[in-house]
Amino acid sequence: MTTTPRLLRAALWVGIAILGAAGFGGIALNRGESINALWFVVTAVSTYLIGYRFYSGWIAARVCRLDATRATPAERLDNGRDFMPTHRSIVFGHHFAAIAGAGPLIGPTLAAQFGYLPGTLWLLVGAVLAGCVQDMLVLFCSTRRDGRSLAHLARDELGRFGAGAAMLGTLFIMIILMAVLALVVVKAMAHSAWSTATVFATIPIAILVGIYLRYLRPGRVMEATAIGVALLLLAVGAGGWVDQHPVLSAWFDLSERALAVFVIAYGFIAAVLPVWLLLAPRDYLSTFVKLGVVFLLAFAIVVLQPEIHMPAVTRFVDGTGPIFSGKLFPFLFITLACGAISGFHALVSSGTTPKLIARETDVRMVGYGSMALESFVAIMALVAACVLDPGVYFAINTAAGVVGADPATATATISSWGFPVTPGHMQELASSMGEQSLYGRTGGAPSLAVGMAHIFGSAFGDGLFAVWYHFAIMFEAVFILTVLDAGTRVGRFIMQDALGTLWEPLGRTSWNPSVWAASILVCIGWGYFLYIGVLDPNGGINILWPLFGMANQMLAAIALAVVTAIFVKSGRLRYSWVPGVPLAWLVIVTTTAAIQKVTSDDPRIGFFAAARDLAAKLAAGVLPPERVAVAPKLIFNLHLDGWLTVALLAIVWIIVLDTARGCWLHLSGRRVAPSTESPYVTTQLA
Amino acid sequence: MKPAPHLARGLWRGLRALLGDDAYERYLAHRQDRHPGAATLDRRTFYLSELDRRWTRINRCC
Repeated sequence: MTTTPRLLRAALWVGIAILGAAGFGGIALNRGESINALWFVVTAVSTYLIGYRFYSGWIAARVCRLDATRATPAERLDNGRDFMPTHRSIVFGHHFAAIAGAGPLIGPTLAAQFGYLPGTLWLLVGAVLAGCVQDMLVLFCSTRRDGRSLAHLARDELGRFGAGAAMLGTLFIMIILMAVLALVVVKAMAHSAWSTATVFATIPIAILVGIYLRYLRPGRVMEATAIGVALLLLAVGAGGWVDQHPVLSAWFDLSERALAVFVIAYGFIAAVLPVWLLLAPRDYLSTFVKLGVVFLLAFAIVVLQPEIHMPAVTRFVDGTGPIFSGKLFPFLFITLACGAISGFHALVSSGTTPKLIARETDVRMVGYGSMALESFVAIMALVAACVLDPGVYFAINTAAGVVGADPATATATISSWGFPVTPGHMQELASSMGEQSLYGRTGGAPSLAVGMAHIFGSAFGDGLFAVWYHFAIMFEAVFILTVLDAGTRVGRFIMQDALGTLWEPLGRTSWNPSVWAASILVCIGWGYFLYIGVLDPNGGINILWPLFGMANQMLAAIALAVVTAIFVKSGRLRYSWVPGVPLAWLVIVTTTAAIQKVTSDDPRIGFFAAARDLAAKLAAGVLPPERVAVAPKLIFNLHLDGWLTVALLAIVWIIVLDTARGCWLHLSGRRVAPSTESPYVTTQLA
Repeated sequence: MKPAPHLARGLWRGLRALLGDDAYERYLAHRQDRHPGAATLDRRTFYLSELDRRWTRINRCC
């Protein structure tokens, strides 16, 4: 190697580092009225490049000691189906499509209430040092162990108890996740004929695609998806026509409660129908639309460079935030969740993706790289939330129970926080988006859609705001519904697995009564939280999202505990801080959050305090009549949420202590566990 | 710089692989390679059994 290219390369990396540092400086120190979104893109991309080049490179070479000559499970167990050596860019695409969901879009949107700075910093630092590392290490551990699932790895490393806790944690986080995502869709569709008609239309479109793939042209996914996507775009336009139609618009103008019932029924039906009919075709469409929107958004932000109007840091870091309560620490980290580190990724990084890895060295690009891209999606969602006027952002995302139900009160309250907004402006915005009202549309999806419409609308022609808005709603709804279908189905399998230990026939996945019983149980699980969320005048999101965030971060802690145990037992003790430091951080964050959620005396934060507060108001007779009817249910739910938080915290600590005990026994030589790694076989691949 | 047609072909192949459009072709190639002469599933049966396999575990995140 000559010296010139080396010097050039070094200069290139120094340049990227300077660019990144300048970006961080610019974002952190900007005190102007607004800041250009390009700063965020440049800073983010430089950070990921530096993290990928140096940290992941070091982890790959020194910590994991990735070995390109070692045959992977995909090669050794190749069956032409799930085990199959696949080109790394295809595995990257598969893995990214699997991990990217609604979480990194919603979390940053909600976290924007603290201003743009805290969210941006944690999305970047968290991804590079924790999230990407978790995904890469779990992928590595599973690849070295025949592509086993996280539950299986947990059983091998921590014993049956740890595995059971991991399974329980997974089921719980899935139920909360489905409830909160369903709530997001319901909030976006409520009393919006256009959104409802478009989202409903995706169901027959998916079924049509399913029939095409099953009977007309079996397995021709590309053709079918192209037809389906064309129909989806048509449905967005047709929704506008329905909205204008005097009779049809009344049919699709539904209340939140009615929509919640529809969504629950939909989840049940989709989970028991054969997958080819609805679930699989919907997933093809959602994957396609998802990747398309990510590229479109990146393109639009880079080309248009919209201005960010949100301040760097808002007053709500003190814990009085209207969208969700609690101080910056720990609630910023709980809220951002998926964009920085997501426990759910560990479930895909083990069991699914490792079976496709052709070369062990691909683990770096697939594991670390796709999480970096996911974090970038989260940064774009944050940008989309922050390009809105802060007053508009708060008016859309704050529940009526917090700022008041009528426009005059709501805008006056929000303006009094220092974020001016007028009823006239909100009305004008709603009309341009083809909606009657945008107030109190909590959950992040509508404000993201307004942000995206704002960005796309100026990129691809004015006057199409309403179409872009509903396109964005359709895009979010399509993959949220995919999660509901797939989640209910997987939840059903986990449930049947558990029930099967009680009575064997209940474990049979082909026995209809058992299938229905398990599906109903799962639907009741998330349907309950969804319904309570709809009843809650404070929007429901402020309770469900922190619960989801805690559960998600706790699952990440479980995954990192398994990785740490593997590291200690496989002679990587000196590098055990690589998973160990993020693990310690997650344990601190989730424990602090859980303790505050349980013990805080502030009814906006503590579940039990909120229950006491509501009970006192009910007893004193100061609640308006419509609230009196729902108050007992809300009180019961707050108690339930409190106890669930306690249970989650207990699960995490049991696993962490169990891990620590196992590591101690190993290190002190009292229990020498056999290696769980598959033996070395030389690769035959060229 | 790769010539444009080459790049387009690569992109197209990538997209097909990503959506699983080429799964059956790859399955046939695998059977041909590893188990020549053995019976293979037809396109429809393969598609359905693939879906069944893929959707019995977690493969989508939040």
